Amino acid sequence: MTTAPILTARGLAKEFRGFRAVDGVDLDVAEGKVHALVGPNGAGKTTLFNLLTGFLKPTTGRITVGGRDLTGKNPEQVARHGVARSFQITSLFPQMSARGHLELALASPTPLGWRFWRSDRLLARYRDRALELLDQVGLADHAEMPAGNLAYGRKRALELALALALDPKVLLLDEPTAGMGLEDVDRTVRLIQQVREGRTVVLVEHNMKVVSSLADQVTVLQHGQVLVEGPYAEIRHDPRVISAYLGDADVAH
Amino acid sequence: MLQQAFNGLVGGAFYALLALGLSVIFGMLGVVNFAHGAFYMLGAFTSYVLLDSYGVNFWAALVVVPVALGVVGIVLERLFIRRLTPLDPLYNFLFTFGLTLILQDLVKREYGVQSQPYPRPSALSGTLDLGLFTYPAYQVFVLGVSVLVCLLVWFVLVRTRVGMVVRAATERPELTRALGIDVGRWVTPVFGFGIALAGLAGVLAAPMRAVNPLMGADLIIVVFAVVVIGGLGSLFGSVAAGFTIGLVSALGNYYVPALSQTLVFILMAAVLLWRPAGLFGREEAL
Repeated sequence: MTTAPILTARGLAKEFRGFRAVDGVDLDVAEGKVHALVGPNGAGKTTLFNLLTGFLKPTTGRITVGGRDLTGKNPEQVARHGVARSFQITSLFPQMSARGHLELALASPTPLGWRFWRSDRLLARYRDRALELLDQVGLADHAEMPAGNLAYGRKRALELALALALDPKVLLLDEPTAGMGLEDVDRTVRLIQQVREGRTVVLVEHNMKVVSSLADQVTVLQHGQVLVEGPYAEIRHDPRVISAYLGDADVAH
Repeated sequence: MLQQAFNGLVGGAFYALLALGLSVIFGMLGVVNFAHGAFYMLGAFTSYVLLDSYGVNFWAALVVVPVALGVVGIVLERLFIRRLTPLDPLYNFLFTFGLTLILQDLVKREYGVQSQPYPRPSALSGTLDLGLFTYPAYQVFVLGVSVLVCLLVWFVLVRTRVGMVVRAATERPELTRALGIDVGRWVTPVFGFGIALAGLAGVLAAPMRAVNPLMGADLIIVVFAVVVIGGLGSLFGSVAAGFTIGLVSALGNYYVPALSQTLVFILMAAVLLWRPAGLFGREEAL
């Protein structure tokens, strides 16, 4: 509780044609922690996520990362300030190899500038690092396979490797285990445990088992507002959390 | 018959250039540029005016006109299209369609609807003996330029970093931005480039086609069919479909003249039934 927050949100709100999807959220994510955002469907988790990564511009409120104000910045600027994200729906380039994805990600922070005519063979210099990252997420044997042909769990692992390639200070994961079978869920949890070393992780997650085994801190959202915040062990018995979830037929954890 | 096939390829050269421009614009901006045909027409008309009033010859026009129209495209993107992109796609649809009508009518007001003559450049006025048949040198030149430009674009897309960014942004704009790549910077130049390609096709068309205000409107409908057949967003598909459709419609014209106008659209319907994403389009799989 003593570390300074690396990511903060103050009074963050997003309004869509009169509907406040996120309604005055304050958030402090402590450096080096895993911070989970949970809540019933429609609680504003994904909107909040998109605000934090610059994919949506807040109606009001401020966002800082490492003390720097990133409010209203574009996704690419947010990414360059050390915030990497994954997507809820697989969004890889179907025909590009796993290694190609990582080389693209590794090359992105080097300014493209106006040296655009230079050959993409320059990317080859990132090959070693790319293979290292693939190895880290257990994809070493699939480096040359087009991403479109990878099994679902492996696609998600590749996405994680992509986010890691940016060497982010803060890693935001949008439902990293969505749609996975038990086996893949366990593997993903182990993977996240491994990559969180030296990083701050924010994750949106539905699976409470995943939250309980990963998260140091949990923020429960409801109707676009923070309902409760605390360590998992504390919030799981909170009557407000239980009623928020019971009110939502989808969640039976 | 071989000569018909060659005619088809020359016609396909125009389809390919226009479809390629439409595709890069659609891919990068998500905008269906209805004004593409109007810029083709402007390309031809500007060449005509340059020659007729200022004595600027074909070779100079071949360079100056595409560049000038590319600049016009850049200005349009900055002033209008950029502002409309975040809104409903219908706004850009209306904007580019309205622009087409405005451009057509402005040209009509100055020059009327009749076709203007544009002489072939003297160096290409003869015929070439292609072994099996002789063919107008100019048409061979058009085909050569088109193939060369398509190859050049392919090279830039596949072999350079800017090409990689454009391809990435075309396919997965969100992921590309999440990787910290500034997609926005390339939007304007790509739009200008697409317009320049339309202008180039227009200059090439001037000496062999009727230069009139509606020349683009007639052609662009077929080009849209070409883009759909090739697969929306697939640059390779656009070029391949361009030459194929040129070939097929020329041969169709020869064997079943009654179908000449509709053949392309029958083909499009057939392709869509068989492969809804087009020949080279990718069906989105999760």
